[in-house]
Amino acid sequence: MIAELFVNALISGLLLGGFYAAISIGLSISFGLLDTVNIAHPTFLVLGAFLAYILNSEAGMDPLLAGVLMTPLFFLLGLFIYSVYYQFFEKTSAEALRGLAFFFGILFITEVVMIMAFGVDHRMVSAPYANGSLGGSILGMELSVPYRMLSVFVVASIMTLGLHLFFSRTFFGRASRAVHQDMLALSLMGVDPIRVKRIAFAIALATCGVGGALMIIMIPIEPAVGRLYIGNVFAIVVLGGLGSISGTLIAAVLLGVAESVVSTFLGPSWSPAVSFGILLGVLALKPSGMFGVGDTR
Amino acid sequence: MSEVLLNIENVTKTFGGFTALSKVSAAVKKGERFGLIGPNGSGKTTLINCISGMLQNNGGSIIFDGKDLKGLQPHQRTKRGIARTFQIPRPFHSMTVIQNLQIPLEFVSSSGTSQKNISEEAMSILEVMSMEDKAHHETSGLTQIELRKLELARAIAVKPKLLVSDEAMAGLTGNEVDEVLEILVKLNEDGMTIIMIEHIMRAVMQFSHRIICLDAGQKIADGLPEVIVKDPAVERAYLGV
Amino acid sequence: MSLMRQYKFEIGCLVALVLAFTMTQMGLNRFVFFAGFAVLQYAMIATAWNILGGYAGYINFGTAGFLGIGSYTAIALINYSDASIVEQIIAGGVVAGLLGLGIGYFTLRLKGVYFAIATLALAIVVETIVNNWDFVGGAAGVSILPARNPELLGVLVVHKKLGVFSNYKEFLFFLMAALTIMSVWIARTIEKGKLGRGLNAIKDNEEAAECMGVPTLKLKLITTTISGGLMGMAGAVFPSYLTFVDPPTAFNLEFAVNSLAMPMIGGTFTWLGPILGAVLLGTVQQVAIVTISSELNLLILGLLLVIFVIAAPHGFLGWFMKKNKR
Ligand SMILES: Nc1ncnc2c1ncn2[C@@H]1O[C@H](COP(=O)(O)OP(=O)(O)O)[C@@H](O)[C@H]1O
Ligand SMILES: [Mg+2]
Repeated sequence: MIAELFVNALISGLLLGGFYAAISIGLSISFGLLDTVNIAHPTFLVLGAFLAYILNSEAGMDPLLAGVLMTPLFFLLGLFIYSVYYQFFEKTSAEALRGLAFFFGILFITEVVMIMAFGVDHRMVSAPYANGSLGGSILGMELSVPYRMLSVFVVASIMTLGLHLFFSRTFFGRASRAVHQDMLALSLMGVDPIRVKRIAFAIALATCGVGGALMIIMIPIEPAVGRLYIGNVFAIVVLGGLGSISGTLIAAVLLGVAESVVSTFLGPSWSPAVSFGILLGVLALKPSGMFGVGDTR
Repeated sequence: MSEVLLNIENVTKTFGGFTALSKVSAAVKKGERFGLIGPNGSGKTTLINCISGMLQNNGGSIIFDGKDLKGLQPHQRTKRGIARTFQIPRPFHSMTVIQNLQIPLEFVSSSGTSQKNISEEAMSILEVMSMEDKAHHETSGLTQIELRKLELARAIAVKPKLLVSDEAMAGLTGNEVDEVLEILVKLNEDGMTIIMIEHIMRAVMQFSHRIICLDAGQKIADGLPEVIVKDPAVERAYLGV
Repeated sequence: MSLMRQYKFEIGCLVALVLAFTMTQMGLNRFVFFAGFAVLQYAMIATAWNILGGYAGYINFGTAGFLGIGSYTAIALINYSDASIVEQIIAGGVVAGLLGLGIGYFTLRLKGVYFAIATLALAIVVETIVNNWDFVGGAAGVSILPARNPELLGVLVVHKKLGVFSNYKEFLFFLMAALTIMSVWIARTIEKGKLGRGLNAIKDNEEAAECMGVPTLKLKLITTTISGGLMGMAGAVFPSYLTFVDPPTAFNLEFAVNSLAMPMIGGTFTWLGPILGAVLLGTVQQVAIVTISSELNLLILGLLLVIFVIAAPHGFLGWFMKKNKR
């Protein structure tokens, strides 16, 4: 009985992990590679989720298709936000903290705009692949996996692996990594580091299109739900090692499993404590700090 | 023989798997002008960080004024008489020049000194540096040499027994180097023991009573300046042969 | 005369306190006290936040956690005992102060952005615990009945005819005024003293400060404890003021945004900044809630924060002083 619960929790944790990877990957790029602490990232995901909801409920569009269609919009939004950020914070080498306050303000504004536009009710979407579940019995254990989670997992995996390949195999991807380490070398190669950063940031934000669609397929959405994901995504990105997309994937699965197990055995109301608790733990054990590496930003 | 002020014994420091210092030993005598040289990345700053307490060494011991420094926080070491400058100046940028000096004066000096005494003292240190006209300037407007001198002035304000100067002359012109050298010699004549880290050979050679050379975290030479310049190991380290 | 000049600030505090008391005796409309309380509470929270954020440069996103823990300490006390409001405030301050001491130890390893994220995480962990703690109402929330005809030190404080204050709102308003003035006095004392100078050095360059003899950890621990404790005290008054509290109210992110936005808009480098920001933003918000809508009011808050961090990085006071210098 316990074993059955546990195995079920493990499987849904794994699937949840795939979803977490999809919503963290954007932050892994903007925070990990570009040092831009976009704390509003989860809120943009929720925005993506609401747009998918509107297209689904008003126009009957498939939420995933809606997610793909929104991608260019988020890309443009990313270009715009980075331009503002660069102009007022990075270029003037203002303290990182003012940049953080900027994104905090953006988070808040986006959330309020969503409340004004969509209200505070929970919304969800309908899609053929979001109903029913795949069940069976293995080794005498009744296992069941909702199609909803399975389809999210598949799409999330494709997206994450695609981005992983893009950032590790293409010239642009390698340039974005170099931005993190060696701006000078880049300029010597005739690449404009600012342009690379702007585009990489825009790609990071573009993940909020499909990521948001996945989110609303996965769970019912209300405007403020993004905050709860701050813990998850930052825990995953920091735990995975800043800037490492494959690390992000592994960390996402770990967190997904941990949450799913806690949720099964203690109750779902404890699950925020898991991700934020892990985040606190990771931050506390991170080998840095004043008398360590100068990693103080 | 004058007594030893700072005794570094087998100090080792690793970062992850990388060994930045391996079993470095050295003894600095009271009143000595001690030179520390070595190519970039050889571990000079790391050694200073271990002495000042910014880093904790993994192995070996550092004895200052007869007491083991192990486990002491940087500010406690400062109170015992160790002051340092930073290779890249780190002024308190929201404060004026004189306020920069007031911090160490207020926090290190015996409690009970009034604000008035503190600013007088700060002013007299600025006079030594011939920077009194900049006292009420913001640090953002300072030139490179002024920033270096502020870095030194702030360390002197601690009234240290041992002053460690980490590349205080990098990027300065010949005249400016002489100006800083003169200040350091004067401080030494007033009784301060000084460790100088420097790339400008002329300056270290002229200044130091004794020099050690680090290469890849190991001490490869220790002796009088005139011996050190001729040491083949030092030459190899610098020329990378 | 010179004595008066020397104690100008203290006299100002006293005058403000007397003024607040006089207001409660004039039979003004209850809304004045309701809105006034909110503005004062903002001022207190912003002041508390600024001691850490403005002076030492450590950004705390977890204001809501400190406020919430103060509120829920008061609620637990009300459920357990018949503790007076003053005892609730002290208890809220102590518990939140201890939490502050805890985040003080965070600073050993976490700087800048990481510290800020960790405080946000801490606030959510605390909220989750309270959410699951049925004794204080859990997720459903809890109603508070203010004590009838409360006495403090044998004096009848609130009573329609015989009390010092004729109703509870007036009393809470005065209490909040006293707490706010106390916080401002503490902030100013820190700012003008050795602690404030040490914190400024930490803000500018922590490693250099430590090497210049500043006991950075000790100063940060003192500061996080005071800052957290004051937030907890402001939170402890909340249940009596609202008479119904649930976790989303007590741990509202709005507090985090306000506590950060107010000093940033007013100016973080001096005690006057948070007050100015709180009075400006707090008043705008109170008016906006009544005249427009509470959502639009939040939108204004967010926009003002973004505009100020972009256009006036040193806040209103910084901008003003720069203009005067020219
Ligand atoms: N905090 C640190 N973490 C990891 N490696 C470090 C750290 N500090 C220094 N190092 C490494 O230790 C070596 C010695 O550095 P350093 O002491 O700064 O050299 P120097 O001052 O002689 O130029 C370098 O290879 C440097 O990269
Ligand atoms: Mg060096």
